Amino acid sequence: MDISVEPPRVAAAAPLLELKGISKRFTGVRALDHVDLDVRAGELHVLFGENGAGKSTLINVIAGTFPPDEGSFHFDGEEIRHLTPQRARAIGISPVFQEFSLVPSLTVEENLFLGREVSAGGVLRAGAMRKKARALIDELGFDLDPGRRVDDLSRAHQQMVEIAKALLGKVRLLILDEPTASLTERETGRLFELIAKLKAQGVGLIYVSHRMREIRALADRVTVLRDGRHIRTLDAARVTDGELVELMTGRRIDVLFPAIPHAPTEVAVDVEDLTLADGSVREVNFYARAGEITGIAGLVGCGKSELVRAIYGLEPIVGGTVRIEGTPYDAPAPRESLTRGVAYFPANRVAEGLALSRPIRENASMTALDLPAFARLGLLRQGSERGLVGRAMERLKLRPPNIERPAGALSGGNRQKVMLGRALTRELKVFLFDEPSVGIDVGAKLEVYEFMKQLVEAGAAVIVVSSELPEVLALSNRLYVMHHGRIATELTGTDKTEQNVLASFFKEHLATEAA
Amino acid sequence: MNAHASSLTARPGIAASYGRSLLGSIGFLPALLIAVVIGMSAVDPQFYGPINIINILRNTALLTIVACGQALVIIGGGFDLSVGAVVALASVVTAKTMGLIAASFPGNDALVITGGLAAGLGSGAAVGLINGLCVARLKVSGFVVTLGTMSATAGVALMITSGIPVYGMPQSFVRDFGRVQFFGLPTAIYVALIVLAVMVFVQRRTLFGRYVYAIGGNTDAAIVSGVGIRRHLVGTYVLSGVLAALTGILLTAQVGSGQASFGGDRMMLQSIAAAVIGGVSLRGGVGRVEIVAISALFLTILGNALNLLHIDSRLQPVFLGVIMVAAVALDELGRRRKQRV
Repeated sequence: MDISVEPPRVAAAAPLLELKGISKRFTGVRALDHVDLDVRAGELHVLFGENGAGKSTLINVIAGTFPPDEGSFHFDGEEIRHLTPQRARAIGISPVFQEFSLVPSLTVEENLFLGREVSAGGVLRAGAMRKKARALIDELGFDLDPGRRVDDLSRAHQQMVEIAKALLGKVRLLILDEPTASLTERETGRLFELIAKLKAQGVGLIYVSHRMREIRALADRVTVLRDGRHIRTLDAARVTDGELVELMTGRRIDVLFPAIPHAPTEVAVDVEDLTLADGSVREVNFYARAGEITGIAGLVGCGKSELVRAIYGLEPIVGGTVRIEGTPYDAPAPRESLTRGVAYFPANRVAEGLALSRPIRENASMTALDLPAFARLGLLRQGSERGLVGRAMERLKLRPPNIERPAGALSGGNRQKVMLGRALTRELKVFLFDEPSVGIDVGAKLEVYEFMKQLVEAGAAVIVVSSELPEVLALSNRLYVMHHGRIATELTGTDKTEQNVLASFFKEHLATEAA
Repeated sequence: MNAHASSLTARPGIAASYGRSLLGSIGFLPALLIAVVIGMSAVDPQFYGPINIINILRNTALLTIVACGQALVIIGGGFDLSVGAVVALASVVTAKTMGLIAASFPGNDALVITGGLAAGLGSGAAVGLINGLCVARLKVSGFVVTLGTMSATAGVALMITSGIPVYGMPQSFVRDFGRVQFFGLPTAIYVALIVLAVMVFVQRRTLFGRYVYAIGGNTDAAIVSGVGIRRHLVGTYVLSGVLAALTGILLTAQVGSGQASFGGDRMMLQSIAAAVIGGVSLRGGVGRVEIVAISALFLTILGNALNLLHIDSRLQPVFLGVIMVAAVALDELGRRRKQRV
């Protein structure tokens, strides 16, 4: 096996990693407040908490990105001081962060070996590296070509490269920060097998995830953080989902998905034989009615996201028609879509949603500046803007309610609230949500779902595109399943089950294999 | 404010956080500026003599006008290397046009001056338009496009003049505009103050200003938000071209002749330096012109101080280079302490 790992330690008495009283402050904000954590060899330890609870800060401290202000850090029984990312890797601490540490212009292989290239006298040994990379990728069962450039890869594949990179070399503690966020079911399955293998070899794992199912499947122990403090460390086998969520949020949450009273009226959006220039969507027919949530499910890369992006005007259309409330809408473009009452909420809020250096106020009003309430004759009406955005953010319960803070200073949940704030700054009829709950915690998810419920109740048409099956299943009144750029099936009422969705993936898959 | 702060530490805490936010928004610039002014006043009384002060203010005014345009382009995520060449082009175009109109309509100063100004500003707008269209339509990076137009523009200016200063402008233009003083200050300063006031207004109160911030902050997010990217990008380059041309015209009026040697690389580099030292982020989306103006004042005083101290003119660019890198490095250092939470 190419992932060389130390043999499991027999004396498992001393934990592999032991943190005591770790504190970290960033200019006036206490990100971590005397947090304890211990991870044993061969254990998967889940870090659980809302965004901003301190999980990222904690794993960054463990990975040596920045030093803690106080507290002790023991790894393998040895006190560690002045840890740097290089040193952390050298002693076997391997982090996989959500933000990728890949160089887009280099190949997969070059990225895997970045900083630890195999060389002889300053000359790279390309053959040896290629062989090693190949072996590692085969071992992991990833579908990756080591010669491809990273920026040509999908997000899911980039995630695989990131994981492979962490496993190259000696690993004793692997940190995974929401590793499945962009993986398909099959790839997730491979990852879980791999995790089991690593555990058997005595590797300690720290796993950050919001997904209950994964925590159930993988965790040995769970540490709950809230507001930078250690709340409790529990045995995963002896805790219920409800207890975990309650510990995390500090309040009881009975139902994750609100009951949405769908009352469909007339068709708000319909699409006929829609085909996109890049072929990601082919001859798709679908419609969404006002007063209901229309879900679109499918695997990563099935074209579901491209479909709604095309309706909004972000992907070039080569064939078919889009109609908004029965009126044909040729050559959609974002500004025109907004004028017609169609809004799009992108999946990637950092890349397409927010200007991180600009304040919340400017980000929230960005889509509405063509309205007289915000600007007249090219001049901004700042008082009115401040009032409207302030009220919108109040309705969305932004905490803290200061709308002059830069968007970059916000957690994932608050960033999504700024995006939702855009929906409240103008009159809209159709809401296109692309992966609305990616990267946000349970508390914020609830608020997003609640918001959708309000929209539907107010008579809007809401379309939700999501890779999280439980989410689309619970939220939508009618659910389309997409596969390879086509609508595989439409499910309503009692047919709308996880089994049926998965079956339609599978059926379509077989059909395309056969063809 | 930190909620944990006890009542004992609250007062200095507020002061510190206020100081931090002040430093955060302006950088270390005012401190450096004051240090240079105090140091120079102590060393050389000539420094605070009225002639020297007017000299400093006039040069600051010229640099500020160019740097305002440059700053706007950089905030939008671009770069304008052509400003120095545009200063020269506008100077010779203005002088030449005035000469030609004066030959056809002798004595009609109003027409001559209007025509000259229109031609000068128009030449700047034209170069800006070419820059903007190439960047927005052809998707060539601003750096490359303006590197090209810089070379071409400087070439055109030289061709027009063959390197010889262009005379023949109406006396009234030079005497009553270029060299006149109101309340003891030359016109350029008033022009710069007006430009600065307008630019502050544009940045804070207009859709155009807001969209430039948004485009520079995150172009894809601006597209998704339905912002028209192209016309705003073109707008920044046109504005930069026009402001550079205005500087060229002011220089021409002051000197009394159109010269292809005005502006040039030095003006271009200084405008970028003023923008960057003034807190404009090269990554786009961040920067305020009023601080850029302070930074222009600082750079001008620094150059003036080096002259007064009789530092070898060949050594002066070295100082400017070191100061620029140091100022940006300090700024970056300050930013890094403000970690995301």
